[in-house]
Amino acid sequence: MAVDISGDIIEVENLEHSFGDVKAVDNISFTVRKGEIFSFLGPNGAGKSTVINILTTLLRLQKGTAKVAGYDVDKEPEKVRESIGIVFQELTLDRDMTVRETLEYHGRLYSMPKEERRRRTEELLRLVQLEGKGDTRTKYLSGGMKRRLEIARGLMTRPKVLFMDEPTIGLDPQTRIRIWEYLREINREGTTIFLTTHYMDEADQLSDRISIIDHGKIIITGRSWELKNKLGQDLIYLESSDNRAAAEMLRELGSVKEITEKPKGLVLMLSGDGTHLLPKLMEMLTERGIVITTVNLKKPSMDDVFVHYTGRELRDEGAEKMSSAIIRAGKR
Amino acid sequence: MKTGFLTIYWRDMLRFVRFRTLLFTSLVQPALWLAFFGVAMSNNFDRLTATLPTIPGVPTVGYLTFIGAGVIAMTTLFTSLFGGTVLLFDKNWGLMRETLSSPLPRIHIIIGIGLSGMTKSFIQATVIMLFGLLIGVRFFDGYTLSRTLISVLGIMLFVGVFSLGFLFLSGAIAISMESPEGMQAVITLLTMPFFFTSNALYPVESFPPLLRFLSTINPLTHLVSGIRYFAIGNNFSAIGIQYVYTPNDILVSFLSLLTFAAIMFLIARWRFSKVSVT
Repeated sequence: MAVDISGDIIEVENLEHSFGDVKAVDNISFTVRKGEIFSFLGPNGAGKSTVINILTTLLRLQKGTAKVAGYDVDKEPEKVRESIGIVFQELTLDRDMTVRETLEYHGRLYSMPKEERRRRTEELLRLVQLEGKGDTRTKYLSGGMKRRLEIARGLMTRPKVLFMDEPTIGLDPQTRIRIWEYLREINREGTTIFLTTHYMDEADQLSDRISIIDHGKIIITGRSWELKNKLGQDLIYLESSDNRAAAEMLRELGSVKEITEKPKGLVLMLSGDGTHLLPKLMEMLTERGIVITTVNLKKPSMDDVFVHYTGRELRDEGAEKMSSAIIRAGKR
Repeated sequence: MKTGFLTIYWRDMLRFVRFRTLLFTSLVQPALWLAFFGVAMSNNFDRLTATLPTIPGVPTVGYLTFIGAGVIAMTTLFTSLFGGTVLLFDKNWGLMRETLSSPLPRIHIIIGIGLSGMTKSFIQATVIMLFGLLIGVRFFDGYTLSRTLISVLGIMLFVGVFSLGFLFLSGAIAISMESPEGMQAVITLLTMPFFFTSNALYPVESFPPLLRFLSTINPLTHLVSGIRYFAIGNNFSAIGIQYVYTPNDILVSFLSLLTFAAIMFLIARWRFSKVSVT
């Protein structure tokens, strides 16, 4: 059955999900466009995994509608399953199967013909650079290799959408960067990627669009720079021949929210986009005869955006999840 | 997707041959039962029953031959009851999420695990029979080649249906449990009544009425009867008791095993439909 996918490959409307009295997902609506990398960024317990579990048909839909690759997750779960690949948050490998057997098993589960299984396996082993490891049991692989194998497995059936729940959790920085490269490569080849993460840099570097989600609700959605601009917390640091005079003058500008005097210069917090303001500001100061010796513009980071929207309190999610929340806080 | 269970079967057999120790112990353990318990008890029983008059015209078999069928049955019971454990491990640490999120209908997981467990039981039953013949179990005594082959087929049919029943039960338990320790405890508890209210090791003829009743609804008893019928004959005496099996008895035993397997299958299907993997 051919299904027309008009730009949006995931369509979610008014999705709600509760576990007992706890509302894990609270009336969420969003769309993911075909071919993009879309991230759900949120603290632990925000509802990210619940959404991904509903979209991958692992959790029964309770309220609202969700379509993946044109199929309704509630009415045609088998069709959805055939169209997607999943990389789970925890490792789901058989330690005693080899790399090749792992992919073979997956291909068989999805009824891929034998020839195609073989071809695809070799292709993917090349893609994730595990060519030499085909006959190694997965327990002898490093953490990064295991993750790469799982990504390869998720791609085995050439899915239209690849779902990834915290794809680089617990991996070292080098491995994470490598995995991001694979994901970009996969994405260039046409696979839409939906990922959840609580790593701000991951969302920032990898995604075309980001939804920040907390307490089961989407707080804001947009491109990384849009989110940063919207936050309006650009900082300008400047040193000049007469800091006091400069400060007095700048205080009258509406777009400067706050001025802090430092021993040698001034820090201005802006309410809008600093890139446009900075040249004007320099021109004005120069006209008044103030000589600027140093200037520095700092855009807010994804961290700033994230904390602005989700607050700073730790999430009470059990010891293990707590520790990653502390890491998050520590990054500030 | 109609042959999807073959994927599950393939993978479970892969594990079976891969774990050399597991493979080795699963074959050696029943042989040891026969070698130690069988031989030791055989000497005792044969001494005790030496004074009993033999029944004229009825062949008498020694205890080792009597218990040979019991050891096959017991091994099948243990192997099958533990056969579902892989599902628990998969659920907690392995492939279960992957398998359950695939388009594979869940029923195929049950069937696949059932068939791989059955294969393991076939291999074990064969090893026990060969080893038994080697140490003096008088199976297929005086049979022609064709009758021996038919008898082996008959035994495998009984072993197969019986093991399926207990594999389905084991799968249902595994998928409902959280910890391997819990599963171990439940299965150990289960094996006791099945094992001791059966005719595997001793005659049930002198059981008190309640135990006697339990033995007649015990699938293990039906399996043992089937094996003895095919391996020893329809009329023999052992430990001073005459055993006569009519084809009708054997048919009833076989139907009982089929019914048991069918019920267990339904239970497994129900348990699997309740599984969620988040």
